[in-house]
Amino acid sequence: MMDFITPSLVNSAVQAMTPILLATLAGVLCGRVGVFNMAMEGQLLVGAFAAVVGSYFLGSAFGGVAIAIGATVIFSLVLAYGATIFRGDSVVICIGMNLLASGLTAYLLRQMFGVSGTFSDPGVVGLDKIRIDAINATPWIGWIFSRQTAITWASWLLVAIVTVVMFRTPVGLRLRGVGEDASAAESMGVDVMRYRIVTVLVAGALTGLGGAQLSLGTVDIFSEDMSAGRGWIAVVAVMLGRNHPLWASLACVLFGVADSLSVRLQGQGLPNQLTDVVPYVVTLAALAISHRRPLKGAFVETITAHT
Amino acid sequence: MSAASARRLLRIPAVPLAILIGVLLGALLILASGRNPLTAYSAILVGALAPENLPDTLNWAVPLVGMTLVAALPLRGGMVNLGGDGQLVVGALVAALVPLYLPAPGPVAAVAVILAAMLAAGAYASLAARGETRFGIPMLISSLLLSYPAVGIASYVVGFPLRDTTTGLAQTVMIPASVRLPAITGPLNIGLFLMAAVGAAVVFFDRRTVAGYELRMRGLNARFAGYGGVRLASQTVRIMFASGAIAGLVGAIIVLGSQYRYQDGALVTPGYTWSGLMAALLAGGEPLAAIGAGAFFAALQTGGFAMQRETAIPRVLTMVLQAIIILFLAIRHGVGRRSS
Repeated sequence: MMDFITPSLVNSAVQAMTPILLATLAGVLCGRVGVFNMAMEGQLLVGAFAAVVGSYFLGSAFGGVAIAIGATVIFSLVLAYGATIFRGDSVVICIGMNLLASGLTAYLLRQMFGVSGTFSDPGVVGLDKIRIDAINATPWIGWIFSRQTAITWASWLLVAIVTVVMFRTPVGLRLRGVGEDASAAESMGVDVMRYRIVTVLVAGALTGLGGAQLSLGTVDIFSEDMSAGRGWIAVVAVMLGRNHPLWASLACVLFGVADSLSVRLQGQGLPNQLTDVVPYVVTLAALAISHRRPLKGAFVETITAHT
Repeated sequence: MSAASARRLLRIPAVPLAILIGVLLGALLILASGRNPLTAYSAILVGALAPENLPDTLNWAVPLVGMTLVAALPLRGGMVNLGGDGQLVVGALVAALVPLYLPAPGPVAAVAVILAAMLAAGAYASLAARGETRFGIPMLISSLLLSYPAVGIASYVVGFPLRDTTTGLAQTVMIPASVRLPAITGPLNIGLFLMAAVGAAVVFFDRRTVAGYELRMRGLNARFAGYGGVRLASQTVRIMFASGAIAGLVGAIIVLGSQYRYQDGALVTPGYTWSGLMAALLAGGEPLAAIGAGAFFAALQTGGFAMQRETAIPRVLTMVLQAIIILFLAIRHGVGRRSS
């Protein structure tokens, strides 16, 4: 078993997990204020595209990250206002946003760069990998943190920050109050709408950061629909973690392990069509185990288009 | 004056207004990329509705309207089936493989193949329903997550063990000519009639049957329907089975009617599932309106091909238009919001 887990495997798992982790944090934040966000798939895609655009035209990876965050926040306005002030159904809005992201990035890819499918150009500046020799030499810690981007470092820091803010500050208390009982929060003088809007936008910034990691973290390219289900995995991580940032992050680690397992199986000669399935099967199994409960009567709580 | 004109604006029915907004925003997008929106839109209109192009539009509408019904049926009861891709692939794969091993005369075999495809896809969809009723996984998630293994495994099956090794592509061996669906004219085959019959059946189910009434009641208020004696769990499984079976039929029609084999990616790439879902949402799950919305999106997309040919504006623009229409309706008119 030990020769199965190699430093490079751990390293690539952590690297691959970063966008999912950031999207999961975004989903947790939205879930806590009572907005069901399943648009992370589209938000990651917008972030990834904007990062490549920014990096290409500004000539710097940092510029790309800034544009990615900005664009994704703007994109998130649809959910922020649509699900609050306009009282739209968040499931429908999120489905629309995911398709808009997929269509719009594909359209702009063709119009701005004249290519379809994948855009790769030496002008796209990727993110630097951080090397700290003292850390790299340590087993495990070094495996995880050697040669990772600043965004990967930031993502784990953000898990801690979100946890502390949510459970140890007055802002976090109000935030949780808005999600648990909006009318009670309202009567305590909390501006529910404003909390929801700002939270969804902050979540958009986080997902934009994740999108930047997706396109500028390793490959320095943008390809159509490159979020490839990561946003949906994040939705599941939020559900598995029951809107708790630490538990949801743990769920992300599970997917990271499953993902690197599939890479590993591919290395053993299994075709990638089969190994690609592994993370989703693990996800389903984890959901089935964690949600398993006896049915009480005929009632089944459902997320429907009409809630 | 401005208040009066604003009131008049509000009186435009929601769906045409949403389409108008979509068309206007799309025009801005075309203008921003330095093209003429009028030429683009006229290319779409001609490409979709000119008499010589109508068969193409209808041919594209068969799977799209089919996947619209797949989404609309559960939506009528307030459920969302996001697993259309997986169910479509299961149905198509069964339809492509069964004829290779089934020794039966043509028409009998064709009927058996279609039923097998519907059964398999329906069973796969009811798996997602059981995920909700048995394990408490929201069907929204279980149906979507089940799509990925289906697509992946189908891709493996046609790529390796059952690949047609005489071609360089990941696809199965061609099905015998005897089970293929007879053509009507041009690209059209009798799959069109099959889909029309299914559409009529869904409309009839929705309006004239007890089960259809129970489903609508659930859509209005699931709790009330439950207290009224509707067995929600088994209803979920049954409706999802029916929804998946329609997806299986769509897959069978594509395989038996136009491609004559299972080609990797040929079912998922056109995005029938998601366009169908959007059409169903546009109609709020009402079957007849959903069929109309599906046909509208099919015309839009067929016109998109013509636009891309003639003006070099990418046809993904039509997908952007669809998304804008749905977003506008969801935000401005609360599509999917319970009217209370």
